[in-house]
Amino acid sequence: MADSGAPTSTEYIVHHLTNLTVGEGFWTLHLDTLIVSGLLGLVVFGFMMMLARKASSGVPSGWQNFVEMVVSMVDTQVRDTFHAKSNLVTPLAITIFIWVFVMNAMDLIPVDFVPMTAHAAGVPYLKIVPTTDPNLTFAMSLTVFAIMIGFNFKFKGAGGFLKEALTVPFGKYLFPVNLLFRIIEDIAKPVSLALRLFGNMYAGEMVFILLAVWAGASFLWAPFAATLSLGWALFHILIITLQAFVFMMLTVVYMSMAAEHH
Amino acid sequence: MNINATLFGQALWFAVFIWLTMKYIWPPLQKAMKDREKQIADGLAASEKGRQELEQAAQRVKEELQKAREQASEILAQAEKRSGELVEEAKVNARAEGERIVTAAKAEIEQEVNRAREQLRAQVSVLAVTGAEKILKREIDAQAHAQLLQGLEAELR
Repeated sequence: MADSGAPTSTEYIVHHLTNLTVGEGFWTLHLDTLIVSGLLGLVVFGFMMMLARKASSGVPSGWQNFVEMVVSMVDTQVRDTFHAKSNLVTPLAITIFIWVFVMNAMDLIPVDFVPMTAHAAGVPYLKIVPTTDPNLTFAMSLTVFAIMIGFNFKFKGAGGFLKEALTVPFGKYLFPVNLLFRIIEDIAKPVSLALRLFGNMYAGEMVFILLAVWAGASFLWAPFAATLSLGWALFHILIITLQAFVFMMLTVVYMSMAAEHH
Repeated sequence: MNINATLFGQALWFAVFIWLTMKYIWPPLQKAMKDREKQIADGLAASEKGRQELEQAAQRVKEELQKAREQASEILAQAEKRSGELVEEAKVNARAEGERIVTAAKAEIEQEVNRAREQLRAQVSVLAVTGAEKILKREIDAQAHAQLLQGLEAELR
């Protein structure tokens, strides 16, 4: 809270939670979310592409080893859960895990660092953690949802999909109930995926901001708040990894449910 | 929480990254990992095979060594036996040879003795004739008395 003009705590918090936007109403674009997530993705996936192009079956060195470790971890999870044949699921899971992880990791940058730098450069608002934007989490979960529907049609066919929606779990005579259940179940999937990630990251960011407010509020409490902040950051390393893993894992589970007959 | 057009932009980013991973990241990495897995498995299998072969070779060496040792001792025993035989044979030969030499020497001595006796006899008869000539102091017809002398000679034998 070192903005010139000494904002109040409320102003400080609101400032930190405001996106950099262009446009009006529904056609607003959150530039910070789009640019930060895009840049992170381009850097990370570009780097991985470079590695993959040079990847050899010989002794893996340094980064290749690391990337292979992550990728094969994801692949193992996918193979344990998803038993149908598809060359989309593993890349999808890899993309989700790595992208969500690096975006979440932005949470570990001190809360004031990037917004203040941006402010100095003339950008009024900048939210550095893209996963605290529900637009991003919903974009991902809805894409997953679309692929899931696609899988349903691909692996069961339109008839099989319809039959399953109407007869599971209570048999054909209760088909309206079955259909209702199915609709609720399927809608709950993308909503829960998106809100879980958003909620965790938003809350985590909020704690960082509040600790920063506390540290700025009183000279006496500053060391205590700073220590807590460090502790929270260490704990957060676990959370960002866990959330990336959960998003990936649930996606794979949903894909597997879509691909297999009940 | 305001949902807006950012959603579409983010979905687009997501799609792009999925596509990148699917096309350019996962397949080469997967291939590299699979190949390496295979190489390692092959290497392990080869080393296992090598180990087995080594074991077999060691076993064979042991057997060969045992066999060689047996052969050597057999040969040694044979040689000993043969040498004993040879010594025995040589002894027998030597004894026979010695006997033969002794016999030959004896025969020769006897021959020599006979010859000397013959010469002696001839000379004795000549001496006898000469003595008789001198005693009779007259010429004796050698031819007329040859028969007589021969009879004498035969008597002396």
